Amino acid sequence: MDLTLVVQGVLSGLLFGGVYSLMAVGLTLIFGVMRVVNFAHGDMMVWGMYLAYMLATRAGVDPYVSFLVCAAALFALGLLVQRGLVDRIVDAPHEMQILLMLGVALVLENVALLAFGPEPTRVRSPLASATLWLGPVFVDVARLVTFLVAVTLTSALGAFLYRTDLGRTIRAAGDNTYGALVIGTDVRRVYAVAFGVGAACVGAAGALVSPILPFQPSTGLSLSVASFNIVIIGGMGSLLGAFVGGLLVSLAESLGAVFLKPSLKELFSFSLLIVILLFRPAGLFGRRSA
Amino acid sequence: MKWALAGGVVALVALPAVLSSYALTLFILIFFYGFLGQAWNIVGGYAGQLSAGHAAFVGVGGYTATMLSIELGLTPWVGMLVGGALAALLGAIIGYLGFRFGLRGFYFVLLTVAFAEICRVAVSNIDALGGPLGLYITFTGNPRQFQFQDGRVYYYIALALMLLATLIAWAIERRRFGVYLAAIREDEAAAEALGVNAFKYKMLAMVVSSFLTGVGGTFYAFYLFSLQPNTLFGIPLSVEIIIRPIVGGAGTLFGPILGSFILTPLAEISRRYLGQGGLYGAHLIAYGVLLIGVVLFLPEGAYPRLRRALARRAGATR
Repeated sequence: MDLTLVVQGVLSGLLFGGVYSLMAVGLTLIFGVMRVVNFAHGDMMVWGMYLAYMLATRAGVDPYVSFLVCAAALFALGLLVQRGLVDRIVDAPHEMQILLMLGVALVLENVALLAFGPEPTRVRSPLASATLWLGPVFVDVARLVTFLVAVTLTSALGAFLYRTDLGRTIRAAGDNTYGALVIGTDVRRVYAVAFGVGAACVGAAGALVSPILPFQPSTGLSLSVASFNIVIIGGMGSLLGAFVGGLLVSLAESLGAVFLKPSLKELFSFSLLIVILLFRPAGLFGRRSA
Repeated sequence: MKWALAGGVVALVALPAVLSSYALTLFILIFFYGFLGQAWNIVGGYAGQLSAGHAAFVGVGGYTATMLSIELGLTPWVGMLVGGALAALLGAIIGYLGFRFGLRGFYFVLLTVAFAEICRVAVSNIDALGGPLGLYITFTGNPRQFQFQDGRVYYYIALALMLLATLIAWAIERRRFGVYLAAIREDEAAAEALGVNAFKYKMLAMVVSSFLTGVGGTFYAFYLFSLQPNTLFGIPLSVEIIIRPIVGGAGTLFGPILGSFILTPLAEISRRYLGQGGLYGAHLIAYGVLLIGVVLFLPEGAYPRLRRALARRAGATR
């Protein structure tokens, strides 16, 4: 095995992991606050990708700029889904919530299929073809920029949740809904904001990854599965866990593609999942009670 | 009730005499998805453990029987039992991982999805199993090969499978096992406090359910003559399996059947007319809207509602 190849695999895996982290942070935020698993997470991300695609082809906006628009649009979608649907069943059994979100996922995916067709697409960006050479290994500039932006957004989200009043309120409502209600928190508003922010994360992640990853409507499903994987590995509801888990899973997939073959890369991350469930079912950074 | 039921079965047995070949196909699919829904119902409905990866059992069952038939010449009539047994083994592994710590519902959901995906990726990469293109079964029309010239035979096999699964569900419901499952579904901690071994009964429900689903895989493979990892192990098939009992009424004896009678024609007709017009995802959008509607407005499913309506009418006429 060529060492350069391995280093290359580690590097591109870690760089791609930024997007996985951002995606998983969104999922874990929604789960941590509302205890609702967003089964439409990947499909929301695909809508972020198609939005970036439309902005690039119709208005000529580069995805590295339009990701802000995509995040805002997905924030609105998340808010709408929470207010219109999830809000009615926050206290229902988990099965019901999962089925509801599965319904939302089916609608989002297949509306995309009707609108854009089944062929894979990719967003063109001048950055996508540029590479930097660091000695024998190369760095994909698009991946580097994607990584940096994704990590910046994740850190900004962390700062929002831990340093601002609204962020603290969101965490409080997630930790103890009843207690938050007692001290006069508008929990419904907090839920709506949290769902919106969670969806905005995938909106941005989708736009950022759109020049790197070819996508089609059915991509949403595998992205959903990948984000579930990551949050279970990191620990459901843990932001740090989602961040580290995203990097780890991406690394595992990248190395899987190097050592085995690219079509087997998912097998690596699923094996990681099973090992975690066997030995540390609450996840790397999770609490047992989650 | 008993007479209505007997009458219904007799009518279904006599029905092929008057059905067109398209209607016959439709009924075969209604029965087959009713069967899969009933098999899912045992663990997903009665025990309340929402498996979202039941396609994995269809795939394992179908591939096992097909490989045994192609490589060893073993008749699928036996192969379907071997396939069921292997599916049950997979079900036991998933159940062990998921139930061991009594993890909350969504972990189980994600675990089942992940396992189905592992199987899909693995099978797509094993050349001996046909890789991503899958396996094809040559048509011989030999009943020993589970192949029949006359479509009505498939009709009766599918009907028998559905009735068999319903009989098993009925037997479970009537026994202590069924009561334990209901107790676990409603409040697992309370059930355990009363001395119910939740782990044991959830495992049992999972094994029975996955065995039946695995047997169904053989029918699926030999009815369609082809197996692709993306269809047999894919999440869309899992959704097809789940949605019928939920719409009909999960955890009720006739819910999966009613759900299949409602949804299968809907899916087939919209696939036939909308799919031909190039509107590929249309029937899945309808599924999604239906799921959302059922959760919001009819969370117990159609069958309990129907039963109450019938009981009211019976009370009014008396």
